[in-house]
Amino acid sequence: MIPAAFDYERAGSVDEAVELLAGEDTKLLAGGQSLIPVLRLRFARPSLLVDVGRLDELRYVREDGDRIAIGALTRHAELVRDPVLAQRCPIIPQAARHIGDPQVRHRGTIGGSAAHADPASDLSTILLTLDAELVARGPGGERTIAAAEFFTGPFETALGPQEMLTEVRVPAVETGTYLKLARRSADWATVGVAAARVDGRVQVGLTSMGMTPLRARGVEESLAGGGSPADAAARAAEGTDPPGDVSASSEYRAHLAQVLVRRALEQL
Amino acid sequence: MSILGNRVLRTEDGRFLRGAGQYVENLPLDGALTATFVRSPFAHARIGEIDVSAAEALPNVQVLTGADVDLGLFGPPPFPGLDAAMGRPVMATDTVRFVGEIVAVVLSEGRAAGADAAELVAVDYDPLPAIVGPAESAKEEVLLFPGSGTNVAARGGAPELDPTLFDGCDVVVSGTVTSQRMAACPLEPRSAAAEVGPDGRITAWLSTQTPHQDRLVLAGTLGLDPAQIRVIGPDVGGGFGAKMVSVEEILVVWLARRTGRPVRWTETRSESMVGLNHGRAQELTFTIGSDRDGKVAAFRLEIRADVGAYPGLGAFLPNLTGLMSSGVYAFPAIEASSVAYLTNTTPIAAFRGAGRPEATQAVERAMDTLAAELELDPAELRRRNFIPKDAFPYTTASHAPYDSGDYEGALDLALRAAGYDDLRAEQARRREQGGPKQLGIGISTYVEITNGVDETEFGEVEITADGGAVLRTGSFSHGQGHETTFAMVAAEQLGLPLERITVVKGDTDAVAAGTGTYGSKSLQIGGSAARLASAEVVDRAKKLTADYLEAAESDIVLDPALGAFHPAGSPAQALTWEELASRAAADGQLAELRAVHEFKGAPTFPFGAHVAVVEVDVETAQVELLRLVAVDDAGTLINPLVAEGQVHGGVATGVSQALYETFVYDEDGTPLTGTFLGYAFPSAADLPSWEVVEMVTPTPRNPLGAKGIGESGTIGSTPAVQGAVIDALAPYGVRHVEMPVNGENVFRALQEAKA
Amino acid sequence: MTRISLTVNGESHEAEVEPRQLLVYFLREELGLKGTNVGCDTSSCGACTVLVDGESVKSCNQLAVQADGCEVTTIEGLAQGDELHPVQQAFHEQHALQCGYCTPGFVMASVSLLAENPDPSEAEIRGALEGNLCRCTGYHNIVEAVRAAARAGA
Repeated sequence: MIPAAFDYERAGSVDEAVELLAGEDTKLLAGGQSLIPVLRLRFARPSLLVDVGRLDELRYVREDGDRIAIGALTRHAELVRDPVLAQRCPIIPQAARHIGDPQVRHRGTIGGSAAHADPASDLSTILLTLDAELVARGPGGERTIAAAEFFTGPFETALGPQEMLTEVRVPAVETGTYLKLARRSADWATVGVAAARVDGRVQVGLTSMGMTPLRARGVEESLAGGGSPADAAARAAEGTDPPGDVSASSEYRAHLAQVLVRRALEQL
Repeated sequence: MSILGNRVLRTEDGRFLRGAGQYVENLPLDGALTATFVRSPFAHARIGEIDVSAAEALPNVQVLTGADVDLGLFGPPPFPGLDAAMGRPVMATDTVRFVGEIVAVVLSEGRAAGADAAELVAVDYDPLPAIVGPAESAKEEVLLFPGSGTNVAARGGAPELDPTLFDGCDVVVSGTVTSQRMAACPLEPRSAAAEVGPDGRITAWLSTQTPHQDRLVLAGTLGLDPAQIRVIGPDVGGGFGAKMVSVEEILVVWLARRTGRPVRWTETRSESMVGLNHGRAQELTFTIGSDRDGKVAAFRLEIRADVGAYPGLGAFLPNLTGLMSSGVYAFPAIEASSVAYLTNTTPIAAFRGAGRPEATQAVERAMDTLAAELELDPAELRRRNFIPKDAFPYTTASHAPYDSGDYEGALDLALRAAGYDDLRAEQARRREQGGPKQLGIGISTYVEITNGVDETEFGEVEITADGGAVLRTGSFSHGQGHETTFAMVAAEQLGLPLERITVVKGDTDAVAAGTGTYGSKSLQIGGSAARLASAEVVDRAKKLTADYLEAAESDIVLDPALGAFHPAGSPAQALTWEELASRAAADGQLAELRAVHEFKGAPTFPFGAHVAVVEVDVETAQVELLRLVAVDDAGTLINPLVAEGQVHGGVATGVSQALYETFVYDEDGTPLTGTFLGYAFPSAADLPSWEVVEMVTPTPRNPLGAKGIGESGTIGSTPAVQGAVIDALAPYGVRHVEMPVNGENVFRALQEAKA
Repeated sequence: MTRISLTVNGESHEAEVEPRQLLVYFLREELGLKGTNVGCDTSSCGACTVLVDGESVKSCNQLAVQADGCEVTTIEGLAQGDELHPVQQAFHEQHALQCGYCTPGFVMASVSLLAENPDPSEAEIRGALEGNLCRCTGYHNIVEAVRAAARAGA
């Protein structure tokens, strides 16, 4: 289908983008892989699209002390093949491989994905599991938002209407795994489980088990108390509200979470 | 050496590889208006006011509603027993009966304006309760056509069941298979364009399977002489049974007449998912009785078919299902009965297999259920019941006149290719180890009916002045490669190389008659017509040669390697086609080198055996198809490369019904799978490679000895995969899993078995 | 309207486009390159796949304005006169097309795959084609074609 009409501006810098976002019903366009399908089905009708896709200064992966800094406009395909991530935080390339399909990965960006906040997004779960920090710039300047505070609801984030993500910062995490089950290879996760050893603690995140990505707190608690993978996995669905849809019932999702958590923990 | 039976690369590939495919949407049409349909978001509702003012306020936009459309009802098709009152308005007027039914049409300059205007058409709907599924329909608490007093669109088969049918059986088992609703999903959505010429004659370009039949339907619905309409099917991007003229194409032509301007329309995918007819949607309850050794004495099939909101081909298909309910087995007594129910959903019509996959799914499930009850290997049970190789022609107890078959031979080939004994050994090993990934092996042995209603196809061959040939066929390819395969049939008779033969199809002005392509009939009847017409042209060429050489006609031979005619024993006197044609043209006799043949074919019965190997993760309930071995025997193979491609595509669809696709409505009749996101059409990443084994048992029913292979792969594969998953789960107490046998349904089956 | 300039199949173009115009319709309707097809409206089927700066992209999932300053290659830009690109040739030889509607998308996706991974395994080929749908071929011969093209050094 054809999108409803909108105005279009290309931002030459982050500050310009922030300024342009000041109007009513403005939306950022990065890779477009999440936004354009929404526009085509007319589920969103922004009056102005602010294109930040050319801000190549936001495409990078670099070590920054004990963190790895990823520019918000880094493409998923770049995450997949980045040598720094492969060595210092391989769970990110592993998860990025699962996003969409190759065409989507050539264009989709980490910032765009995070800001879109689809409850079924693989990268969102990774960021939550790693306790990532998301750096945003707005009219008031720059601020850092913890992943735990960033995803506030389905397609909702803590970003203000005039804020733009510029960077995602993750810890170097050498031990981590992301397991994703889906109906078809290119589908959103029926259930996804991320497990990573962050600062000595095992942290576990869940995709498609609620309205946002979730941390499996029951699992983490059990592990912290010396629980085995099987013991911890039994608590996988605690605090979750898995949706039921054409792919899977909520009971099936809850069951899958337990199985995948156990397997992810065994792999760590 | 004959060209037939060779893997000849397709001559039509060039334009498709270069992006020059002539799909309707690609054809230039100056000054055409774009039509955009406004479709109901409700499954069942009364239509009140339609306010078009906001839409028509946009520049150059015009909106028409059902009140403006002065056409009679479309359908139901002329099958006996269908109620004319259940015909479909070309555009809804007072009632909509399924999500997607057309309530208005926008005419605009271009697609974007059409989308903008269509949104602004304000329709006042008064929702009514919606019926989804045969069970609800049967309650008849809500009637789709109150005037008809019933939701039953048709009944078929035995009006009364014989309560003594299973008397004397040592074992009787029963079960139900749901052959779930599917969407055809041709990659090219439907597209149509129409223009009225200065002489008032209409040209319609349609993405269709049936240009000639469409012309008759258009003429009938519009009240015109067919001679006033020319239908052109250019390149068509897949049909799979679903692309035959429907209300949209009728409206496009009607709009062109009404406005005096050319009109074109191409549906969006989400439009197609509800606007293009669906397939399958039958619930089949089987009962099968045998003696202690598994020799089946009686088989009963009771079908509840969901035909959607308006009865069409879907109301007829259960008859085909019942006809094929003997499968490959010598069932002595068969009873099949069906009821077709209306529901507030997209109408059901043909989809790859059309009635026969359903039969095979039920029969094979019945055999597996019986085998489990008798604790017999499923292959062994089948062997004890096959119609033997020497029994043909064989008429089944369900009145199907099978032509030729070697069912045990097909099974042997398939089991050998699969390494059946090794598979069972691996399965046993994994069961003993008890890990989460268990193996399942499924077998299906099937037979199907092609050219099911004894159709006739047209073929005309003429030699051109430069000694080439033009073959005009009433068959119409939408991916099947007719330009190559039909040319091969003609080439073999004429002794001309492929590049000298032009195949003309799809234009009702250029081809005098035709039925189009569906039901896997094209090669057997269209190809036979082409062969006979070619053979007749050769005879005429011999006569002409005899005249020119002053020889006896009976002495003249055709040397096919040289494409030349000469008296036997005197090759030096040979006249090539080029020389003959040139001379005939100079003499005014070129028209002699032309022949027409209409070939009426009897139904033929391709058959085969498939073996599926699945790995089921019993913890996650995920299923992976590891292997699919397919033996498909459709008689003589004209071009094995093309035939194999048909099997590959057919198998993918059959496997997909078993593992992935299901079109689902919620209880209000709202589709939950109305896009490619929700509807699980698989990619290459979701499927394995196929292992295709060739087998050829010709048919005596046409000069080519060919049956139709287009649907065989689909029909054979679904039951093998469903059976394989159930086989994998047998040790867990699972007796049945609903399709798609993957994920949720496997999880449910395991949970229920534990309970 | 927004002014864009881009190179398509080696030719420069300047145009004024509505921001909402999708790249696929720009290619088809403004430039008359009808080889790139639209098969769905959820960017699932990949029939619209083209190369943008050498990488496969679904042209239904990009605005024309996003292609400003880019080099776009469509199916029409692959063959050199009469000579087919090795991937096109392989599709022909392996009978990897039937109705042809998905073919341009598959060919472009395959060209992109082989540029990134010149010697892919069957699993890698299938995975790389997860964004392209075909109803006719059952994918078997498409996979064979990509393998053949890889062997031919495409």
